Amino acid sequence: MNTPRRRPQSRIGQPISRRSYLATSILVFVAIGLVWFVLTTSGIVSPIFLPSPGKVVSQLWTLALNGTLWDDLVASLYRIFVGFLIATAAAIPIGLMIGNFARWEAAIEPLVDFIRYMPVTAFVPLTILWTGTGDMQKFTIIFIGTFFQQVLMVMDNVKRVPRDFIGLGRTLDLSDMQILRRIVLPSAMPGIWDTVRITLGWSWTWLVLAELVAATSGLGYRITVSQRYFQTGTIIGYILLLGFLGLIADQVMKALGKRLFRQDTQH
Amino acid sequence: MTEPKLRIRGLGKTFHSDKRTVEALRGIDLDIALNEFVCLVGASGCGKSTLLSIVAGLQDHTVGEMAIDGDPILGPGLDRGVVFQSYTLLPWLTAQQNVEFALRAAGKDSAACRAIAREHLELVKLENFAGHYPAELSGGMKQRVAIARALSYRPKMLLMDEPFGALDALTRQQMQSLLTQIWEEHKLTVLFVTHDVEEAVFLADRIAVMAPSPGRIVQQFDVGLGRPRHEDLMETPEFMQMQRQVHRAILDAARPQAGAEA
Ligand SMILES: Nc1ncnc2c1ncn2[C@@H]1O[C@H](COP(=O)(O)OP(=O)(O)OP(=O)(O)O)[C@@H](O)[C@H]1O
Ligand SMILES: [Mg+2]
Repeated sequence: MNTPRRRPQSRIGQPISRRSYLATSILVFVAIGLVWFVLTTSGIVSPIFLPSPGKVVSQLWTLALNGTLWDDLVASLYRIFVGFLIATAAAIPIGLMIGNFARWEAAIEPLVDFIRYMPVTAFVPLTILWTGTGDMQKFTIIFIGTFFQQVLMVMDNVKRVPRDFIGLGRTLDLSDMQILRRIVLPSAMPGIWDTVRITLGWSWTWLVLAELVAATSGLGYRITVSQRYFQTGTIIGYILLLGFLGLIADQVMKALGKRLFRQDTQH
Repeated sequence: MTEPKLRIRGLGKTFHSDKRTVEALRGIDLDIALNEFVCLVGASGCGKSTLLSIVAGLQDHTVGEMAIDGDPILGPGLDRGVVFQSYTLLPWLTAQQNVEFALRAAGKDSAACRAIAREHLELVKLENFAGHYPAELSGGMKQRVAIARALSYRPKMLLMDEPFGALDALTRQQMQSLLTQIWEEHKLTVLFVTHDVEEAVFLADRIAVMAPSPGRIVQQFDVGLGRPRHEDLMETPEFMQMQRQVHRAILDAARPQAGAEA
């Protein structure tokens, strides 16, 4: 009478197919867009607070056609590129040193930890005093916002290199610097790449912050100006654009990382 | 009397941490002759790994002296090849490149690196896996590449710390046979740490039994079993007799009172 039934399988950690993964993700986007559409076209929400999706797109389109969007984008991308590059170029070698040498760690780690807890926002007025409101100030804010986090994360990446890898280098009579270059750095590279990818996302926030407060160009600047003229459509369009740019950057970094570190990620 | 390959005299090692000191090794005397295979056995925590890593030059010792061919050991060097228990193949290099990595460190030019690496992968029967990355190799294969790498630059001796410890029983037995075969053909001086008595008896010419707290060598056995050795040797009464003796010695050495009176 009572045939034994198979217990339902646990879904914890079970993968789903690529297609249904993608379909689910897109569905969520579409659903949110739909809610937005209904709220705005039915008149429940006033357009001054939330314009319709069509209005936002047409607003962006106008700005794209007259070149404003393009100029803003170029100005912001340039600042991110330079600011983030300087921070990363400094963080990797310093993180490598403090992750390997106790003296470096003692000298730098507590200091960085201290600075890391100072709110980046509080540095905005100071950096304007120091460097004005030009690109240099944006670089500085991006640097302060990312470098101190990156250093600690890279240190952590480096410390995860197995002790015996270093032992191997020593039994092969390599010098400390050779061990760092030939064993520790390549071994920590997949982790460092992830650190770079994650902190790149944060640096967008610091850029827009700096541009909101004091700038004459850039995505953040346009958002402030639009607020003055109640152009909610532009504000929302730019925020969506920022999200979209971040998503693309992240996906590109992920795909690149997978290619670059194919061997390491298979464990 | 001939000079031993490795000579250890009165070696001691004490670890100092903030709260306590641990005497990990005391009064270690050990000679290993040219082309002798010596296994170091003992209960967990009796200092086997510490001793091996001191001989490798990876750790300092507190007192005593060590020499290879009469030259004092002052640090790590290419005269000793080390195989670790953990997998130490570099994941971004193929099996072939992993061996070449060591050869390049030893100063060989790239043509020599390629040829010698190839030859040593053949020695461990992995010539067909030269282009594979570590993630594509089984645990046993990884350790075979690690052995090939440690042998490739012709060290004067091979130091191995439970290299087969992480492998399943069957693979471990295959690795023991392979290592014995390589040793019998090519002759090497080996110091091999294990806590598997069967493994020790199968591989070794001589077994040194260590006791804990402080770590010291309490007894040595000459394994009088002939060579070449094959797996079926393990079923012979002589083998089992030896295994029982060594096992007993380890148990006796690990008894608390044996440590207390030292
Ligand atoms: N870095 C260290 N600091 C303090 N004590 C240590 C350190 N390394 C080892 N010891 C101590 O020295 C003793 C010997 O350790 P060791 O790892 O050499 O033992 P072992 O015989 O290899 O054990 P196992 O069979 O478990 O590998 C242990 O009591 C251990 O706690
Ligand atoms: Mg050990």
